[in-house]
Amino acid sequence: MPAPVHFPPPFVRLAETGRPAIQLRIDGASASALEGDTVLVALLSQGQRVRDSEFGDGVRAGFCLMGACQDCWVWDEMGHRLRACSTVAREGMSIVTQPPEATWPQQQ
Amino acid sequence: MAAAAVSPRFIVVGAGPAGVRAAQALVQAGVRPIVIDEGRRDGGQIYRRQPEGFTRSYDMLYGGEAAKARTLHSDFDAMRPHIDYRSETLAWNLTQGALHTLQGGQAHTLAFDAVIICVGATDRLMPVQGWNLAGCYSLGAAQIALKSQACAIGSRVVFAGTGPLLYLVAAQYLKAGANVAAVLDTSPAIPAPKAWKGLLARPHLLLRGLALQFMLCRAGVQVLKGVTPVRIRGDSITGVSGISVRDAQGVERTLQCDAVALGYHLRAETQLADLARCEFAFETVSRQWLPRIDEDGRSSTRGVYLAGDGVRILGADGAEAAGRLAALAALNDLGHEGGRALFTAQAPALRRTLATMNAFREGLARAFLWPHAQAAMLPDAAVLCRCESVTAGELRRSVREMGSQEINRAKAFSRVGMGRCQGRYCGHAAAEVVAHAAGIPVEQVGRLRAQAPVKPLLMDAKEVQA
Repeated sequence: MPAPVHFPPPFVRLAETGRPAIQLRIDGASASALEGDTVLVALLSQGQRVRDSEFGDGVRAGFCLMGACQDCWVWDEMGHRLRACSTVAREGMSIVTQPPEATWPQQQ
Repeated sequence: MAAAAVSPRFIVVGAGPAGVRAAQALVQAGVRPIVIDEGRRDGGQIYRRQPEGFTRSYDMLYGGEAAKARTLHSDFDAMRPHIDYRSETLAWNLTQGALHTLQGGQAHTLAFDAVIICVGATDRLMPVQGWNLAGCYSLGAAQIALKSQACAIGSRVVFAGTGPLLYLVAAQYLKAGANVAAVLDTSPAIPAPKAWKGLLARPHLLLRGLALQFMLCRAGVQVLKGVTPVRIRGDSITGVSGISVRDAQGVERTLQCDAVALGYHLRAETQLADLARCEFAFETVSRQWLPRIDEDGRSSTRGVYLAGDGVRILGADGAEAAGRLAALAALNDLGHEGGRALFTAQAPALRRTLATMNAFREGLARAFLWPHAQAAMLPDAAVLCRCESVTAGELRRSVREMGSQEINRAKAFSRVGMGRCQGRYCGHAAAEVVAHAAGIPVEQVGRLRAQAPVKPLLMDAKEVQA
C-alpha cells in the first residue's frame, strides 16, 4: 500500500456544522466526522480519496452519490462491503479503503 | 376479512413523487400496497429528505418547490399506516408476476398482480477525457451533496454539460454560499426554433429557467454556451485541477477548479422494465431507446405499469400525475370497483396534464440536445468506461477489428458497459461511439440489455421464504 498522501479535503461544508462530532477509524487512523455524515462525506472531509481504482488510473472519490455507479465501495473491519455514499457513518466505525483479501464465505 | 384473500396484490417500486402518488391512489381505493424504496427515507432524489438531526428549512432545501416537497412528505407520512413500506430495499429483478428484493442481506420474492415501477432517473453522461479523475462528479451528485449533506463537492466548482439541471444546481450552490467558477453549456445560446413550441407549454418553468441564468450572470458567474468540452485536467493522485473547453468561437479556454459537476440532463432507469420484457422504441429527439407506454402508463407487459422519470423525464410535477394515473389504470384494469370509479373520473384531466408535460419534455430535449458528436471526437486514449477504465480506442477496436456493430456484442468484446455501474454512465455514449465507428445510425446499434441483478448484490444474501 503506498504511503497516504494528504491534500486539503475536497468537500466543503456549507451548513449543518453544529452536529455532534463522531470518532471513527479510516485505514487504522483515527478520524472525526459529524453525526449524520455518510461514510463518503466522512472520508472526503479527511482527504481527497475514497478508494483506488483497481484498473490503475488513480484515486477515486465517488461519482454519482445516489447508489448507482458503485464507485465508492469501501469495507468495514470485518471485510463487509459498504457503499460509502449510502451508508451512514457511526461512532466507532472502522473503515478500510483497500479491498480485503478474497475469502469465500464459510458455511455456518 | 374474506375479501382480503382475493384482493389484487399491488407493488409500487420507488418512493419519489411518482411512487408516492401511485401509492396514495391505491390507498384511496382501499388497497394496501407494498412500497419498495431504495432510499433511507421517502422523497426520491428531487424531494430527498435530509437526515435526522439536520435543521435546514424546506425553503432552504427546496426553494420554489418547498410547498410541493412539504405536501409530498406529509402525504406520505399520513399514509404510512396504510402501506407496507420497505425502505433501504433494492428491487433487483423482475420475473413473470414476481418482484425480487433485497433488504439488509435478506432476499424476498414478492408476487404481484400489478407493479407500478417509479424508479426515477440517473444523470445522462457524455464522457470527456479526464472524467475518471477524483473530483469529477455527476451533476446529480453535486446536488445530493448539497441537499443531503450540506456540502459542496469542491472549493471551486465548474458545472459542465447541458440541461435545465445544470443551471438549477449551479444556482443552488451559489445560494448556499459555494464558489461557482463557471457554467459551461454545450447547447447553443438560442434554442432551435423547433424547441420553443414545447418550451412554451409550461411558460412559468421557462421563465424560471431564464431567471436562474440571469441570477448566475448577475452574481458574476461565467456562463458560456455552445462550448465543446476538451478535457478535465488534473492528475491521478490529486484529482481535478481544471477543465478545458472550446468556446462557441472555437477558442480553447482553461478554467481552474477542484471539482467538476458533469451532466447532460437525465436518463430513465429502465432496467426493471427491460427485465419485465417491456417493448422499447427508439426516440429520435433524445437518441435513446425507451419503454413503450400508453397514455396511462401501461407497458406492453400485462400488469407492469411505468411512471415518472423512470420512463419519461417529465420532472417532478409530471411524475406526480403519471404515478397517480398509472395506479388508477392498474386498479381499473384489475376490475377494482372503487379504483375504476376514480380512474373514470380522473384519467381525462391527468392525461391532459401529462400531454402538457410531455410537450415541455420534448422542448427541453430540443433546447438541450444530447451532444452525440462528442462521442465521435472522444480521443482514443480517453476513458469511456469509468468502472474498468476501458478507453474509447478499445471500444473502437472491437468495432473495427472484431466487427461489433451491436452494442451488446461490443460490450462482450470490450467490457464497456459490463462494470459495476452496468452501463448506466457510459452506455449511451458507447452506443454513439460504436455507431460512428461502424458508420451506422445509432438506433441500429441497439441498446444494452438489462441484466439481473440490476445492482451488485453481496454473496451472503439469504433468501427468505414468504
